[in-house]
Amino acid sequence: MRILAFIVVCLTGAFLLYGTSEFPDWGDPNSPASLHVAAYYIEKTYEETHAPNFVTAVVTDYRGFDTMFETAVIFTAGIGCFLLLRDFRGKKEHYYHHIPTGVILHIKDEKKSLTIGKEFGYMDKEWVPPDLINKTVCRILIPFIQIYALYVVAHGDYSPGGGFQGGVIFGSSLILLAISYDLKTLVKRVSERLLGIFAALGVLIYAGTGVLCLVMGGNFLDYGVLAPLFPGMADHIRALGMLVVEIGVGIAVMAVMTIIYINIVSEGRHDEGL
Amino acid sequence: MHWPIDIIVLTFVIFCAIAALSVKDLLGTAILFGAYSFLMCLLWTIMGAVDVAFTEASVGAGVSTVFFVAAIFRTSRRTKD
Repeated sequence: MRILAFIVVCLTGAFLLYGTSEFPDWGDPNSPASLHVAAYYIEKTYEETHAPNFVTAVVTDYRGFDTMFETAVIFTAGIGCFLLLRDFRGKKEHYYHHIPTGVILHIKDEKKSLTIGKEFGYMDKEWVPPDLINKTVCRILIPFIQIYALYVVAHGDYSPGGGFQGGVIFGSSLILLAISYDLKTLVKRVSERLLGIFAALGVLIYAGTGVLCLVMGGNFLDYGVLAPLFPGMADHIRALGMLVVEIGVGIAVMAVMTIIYINIVSEGRHDEGL
Repeated sequence: MHWPIDIIVLTFVIFCAIAALSVKDLLGTAILFGAYSFLMCLLWTIMGAVDVAFTEASVGAGVSTVFFVAAIFRTSRRTKD
């Protein structure tokens, strides 16, 4: 069976390689991809939208409809992960440590629980003592990562990057918090409800911008008609519309990445993890 | 031209792909996938697609490696075959 699979894989690979010989050369100006609309985008994008990075202009303005549904796909991924993995039953066993003495308590009765405060602290089953160096380095690093993420989102139309990348970077800063401290620290600061609201809010901002354009009398996601709402910025209005949409994508992606991580690492119980 | 860099990076990409398939330790596979994504990111940069490279670096090499590690943490570390 393995040999058969190997032969099939080799044959498919050979066919694919044979197919690539028909491809146009790299950067060929006469290739089908550069003949139709590419020239228009390269020549007219800056005139029309005032966005220096025309990859972003194509993605969020000329093809804004595509990107809206990509954001919806991300949102659906988060919802799917939540519905598949979330487990509301709670743990059967609880571990606590007595803070003054360091004694570890293991309670097997699921109905009994201790109040967490100055005397008793919560503990994970697979408990590793928090490492001072890891904690300190991550605590210093996380704000800079978040500032960088905001920079990437805000400069989406000027430099490489945009809502998607910025959102992923922001989400990974939250994941870093969960890894360096523990999952409870993250869940306490960023609640599940807030993450769910953010994930939906991001898609709402994107679709809402489109609907706002409809209300103002233009086409869906035609940012040009929003000019009366932002007086004095008429020539930059399309770049501004892109920025709003990018912020929506960033919020949605940030929330969904965190939801997926929390649900995978704690088997949906949101109590202990990596 | 930069074709020597191209060939070196492509060799590493293929090496990473084969290693990720043949390694028995799944944690090692996750790390190899991270390395693979990072090398792909280099390739995109060489070809001038900086936006794609940025996405590959943040999603492929960054967050998906963490997801793999989280999934391995909750399942088993060794493959059956």
